[in-house]
Amino acid sequence: MPNDSLIIKGGIVYDPLNGVKGSIKDIYVKDGKIVEDLSEEAAEVIDVTGMIVAPANVDIHSHIAGPKVNSARLMRPEDHLRDPLRRKNGLRSGCGFSVPTTFVTAYRYLLLGYGTVMDPAVPPLKARHALEELEDTPVLDKGIYILMGNNNILYYLLKKGDKKSAKLFAAWLLKSAGGYAIKVVNPGGTESFKWGKIFNSLSDDTIWGIKPKVVVDILNEVACEFKLPHPVHLHTYNIGIPGSYKAALDTINAFKDNRLHLAHLQYFCYGGDSWATFRSESVKVVEALSNYENITADMGQVIFVDTTTMTADTPWEFTLHKLAGGRWSNSDVELETGSGIVPYRYRMDNLVNSVQWAVGLEIALLLGPWRVFLTTDHPNGGPFYFYPEVIKWLTSADARKEMIEKIHPKAKKRIYLHNIDREFSLYEMITMLSAAPAKALGLKEKGHLGAGADADIAIYKPKGSVAETLSRVEYLIKDGRVVVRHGEIVDASYIGRIIRVDTGVDDSALSNEVRELFDKFYSVTFSNYKVEDVYFKREVVKRVV
Amino acid sequence: MKVENVVCPFCGCLCDDVIVYVEDGAIKGVEKACSIGRSLFLKHREDLSLPSIDGRETSIDEAINEAVNILRDKKHVLIYGLSSTSIEAQRKALELADLIGASIDQTTSICHGPTSLAIHQTGIPTCTLGEVKNRADVVVFWGSNPLEAHQRHYERYSLIPKGMFVTEGRRGRKLVVVDVRPTPSSRAADIFIQVRPGEDYEVLNALRYMLKGGKLDGEVGGVKVETLKSLLDIMLSAKYGVIFIGMGLTMTRGKYHNVEAALSLAIELNSHTRWSVVAMRGHYNVSGAGMVLLWQTGFPMAVNFSLGYPRYSPGEYSAVDLLRRKEVDAVLVIASDPVANFPREAVRNLLSLPIIAIDPKRSLTTMVAKVVIPTAKVGIETEGTAYRMDGVPIRVKKILNSIYPSDEEVLDRIIAKIKGEERNA
Repeated sequence: MPNDSLIIKGGIVYDPLNGVKGSIKDIYVKDGKIVEDLSEEAAEVIDVTGMIVAPANVDIHSHIAGPKVNSARLMRPEDHLRDPLRRKNGLRSGCGFSVPTTFVTAYRYLLLGYGTVMDPAVPPLKARHALEELEDTPVLDKGIYILMGNNNILYYLLKKGDKKSAKLFAAWLLKSAGGYAIKVVNPGGTESFKWGKIFNSLSDDTIWGIKPKVVVDILNEVACEFKLPHPVHLHTYNIGIPGSYKAALDTINAFKDNRLHLAHLQYFCYGGDSWATFRSESVKVVEALSNYENITADMGQVIFVDTTTMTADTPWEFTLHKLAGGRWSNSDVELETGSGIVPYRYRMDNLVNSVQWAVGLEIALLLGPWRVFLTTDHPNGGPFYFYPEVIKWLTSADARKEMIEKIHPKAKKRIYLHNIDREFSLYEMITMLSAAPAKALGLKEKGHLGAGADADIAIYKPKGSVAETLSRVEYLIKDGRVVVRHGEIVDASYIGRIIRVDTGVDDSALSNEVRELFDKFYSVTFSNYKVEDVYFKREVVKRVV
Repeated sequence: MKVENVVCPFCGCLCDDVIVYVEDGAIKGVEKACSIGRSLFLKHREDLSLPSIDGRETSIDEAINEAVNILRDKKHVLIYGLSSTSIEAQRKALELADLIGASIDQTTSICHGPTSLAIHQTGIPTCTLGEVKNRADVVVFWGSNPLEAHQRHYERYSLIPKGMFVTEGRRGRKLVVVDVRPTPSSRAADIFIQVRPGEDYEVLNALRYMLKGGKLDGEVGGVKVETLKSLLDIMLSAKYGVIFIGMGLTMTRGKYHNVEAALSLAIELNSHTRWSVVAMRGHYNVSGAGMVLLWQTGFPMAVNFSLGYPRYSPGEYSAVDLLRRKEVDAVLVIASDPVANFPREAVRNLLSLPIIAIDPKRSLTTMVAKVVIPTAKVGIETEGTAYRMDGVPIRVKKILNSIYPSDEEVLDRIIAKIKGEERNA
């Protein structure tokens, strides 16, 4: 039986949101929450003298579950064969590497000190699929972002100029799919690819005759008016290509007055006008962002590894398929979105890949841990369990220098990384992994250790370096339960929560016209479309408005 | 009582607009379903299985105990079936397989398994059925006969409906059927192409060769090259084309090579215009069985846990092959009838083994099983998730009560008992 009261005694506490920077103090836990005080008699006391105590980590952007992740699993049996995991201590067996099985995903996240992970791209029609996989991703708290940037009904309503209905529809969609945030991927681009066209712009007319900027503006208004905890989570246009930094600048300029999250920003910081002249322009993007505290980003760091790329940016995956050769999967989802998948290996001896590697670190080091969060856009830049490698590069200029010697020799002239001396401290690293992303997500009970917070606590044994220290937890407390003890998972039997938003917009708010569009153009009936409550076995509903 | 928008738990179409009339705890009427679906609902109380051990009727509890005894005793258990039950039950079956180090396989290995093998090689451009309705102006059915096997497919998804961009419905679409013989489905086609049996691979690759500018003359696979040229022209002139592939490709000479050729053709066509491929999946949740296997093990079928981690080897751990080589010592069959469907040699060996059959209905397999555990029928007597042939997950409903537990519950009880034993040991 898990003890419902805990005293975590004598640790060195880092709690950036409460300004605690390495003080020795006890943390009290009761009924899954952190409390001010507790008598010792009724509680289990865990002596963590000399250890680092921090809020459990939060991943703001990681493709861990759902239709495209599973399609990638199907496409890559060879990927799983290299990384099997045995069943042991009551844990399930499975496979790791770039598209790990759900149980393995959870176990590896837990050992890295994570308590919450957000899957950033779910088509509402297939939301049940993502939620079923997340139910098999135990212990972690999870949320899904709902893809809306290419939604045909939204475009239809906007084309009619019916902004009010468009906003209600978006809010209804978020609620009925069980989403936590609104996701936009290459607005207009995914739809255009369904017509065999490549479209990349915010200000040109899409196939629907609507400018993507108008769509994102409306979704920003929804986020604002319905007080969504997380703003629009935007994967903008021109991902991954030479000159993509201009798209980043254009996007920042277009939405600078809003709260916004720029997903895997690394892929939007490239200069040059061809692959031959590919270079880093991270400094320009960082400069543009420096004035706008309302905009956050995550890294999308690249690791030199064989991985699997997957995104709702279908034209980009098709382009990558043509560039890289080999396998390609694509899935178009009626009225909503699509997704593409291409296996890809980032190589140290490749100039473009070398520049990409540097760019991710540049933006993080230049903007700092409160603005840019650690992700690899798992598995797009590499699997999440390479985070300790990234931490090593963020916390040690020497480690970066060593890598710069190994990457493509011409890369040095095209990057800034060797000119950056900054090394994140343990405090900054913990900020970047927990406090800052929790804040950007508006998860008030995550990312800190103050009274009232969820008792999601990562405890690390100090080792030689920050990166080694953070590479595996000694203890992980989740909801007050000891999940990892002495570096091993001891309790992974419960399913964790789904965190979702209730916008309060019910079916009755939808116009007859929207209902008619559903009946005519979806292949499922309206009543079978909405995700039923049974898919949220344990959940936290954030009631907004 | 009229129950609307019921989901039909029969085939991979998962039609979710069915109306069922229930009176006095029985189904009295069905509307909108196809003839197969109607009979599924109307006759669901016929041919029910009974709890039994060695042919003697017993209680559910006794039957479960006996199943547990067998599963605990035996070293090389095969768990097979899964395609006609819910995700919830499939999940439990996998948990059990992992726990006892069993082999687990699903019906796809004798159906669309080769499609998975082909996807390993090429990937797949695909789409949901609503995209077909809204966008597809050319649809090709290759080795598939929907009017007999997926009776409402033309009507609901692929041929008749008016979509967002195919506003004229049937008149806005070109239907091509490729098969080895005329079928009811081919009679509805604008173009029917008859291929010599076993030569689909040649025909598909001839299309690929011509797409790349290659010149051919005469005939390929019994089809005139001019006919293939005009088919290719139709394919290239499509705005959005979809190829539906059936068992005529997956289970004939060439198997996954045929599918690989079809997928490669579709992938290559995407450099010119948009083409997708959708597999015509049979059982209503065979798609879902693949999904759960993939997210829990990384592989879609034919998985063995005897070393404590999932190993994948179709041809080795697939049910027919395990049985043919006598490599298992007990078989747990969930919602499937291998005795009726497997090759003779596999069935002969299967009959020599203790079989545990979990199934709401009587079948050849339940008739010869050592233990029979009847369950509530998913989609009529218990709810759950099922995945349509295009991967769209839909909640199937409970409209009647059953005296029996669900597949999920039975498997859960078996797992609990086996775990309990482990703790005592």
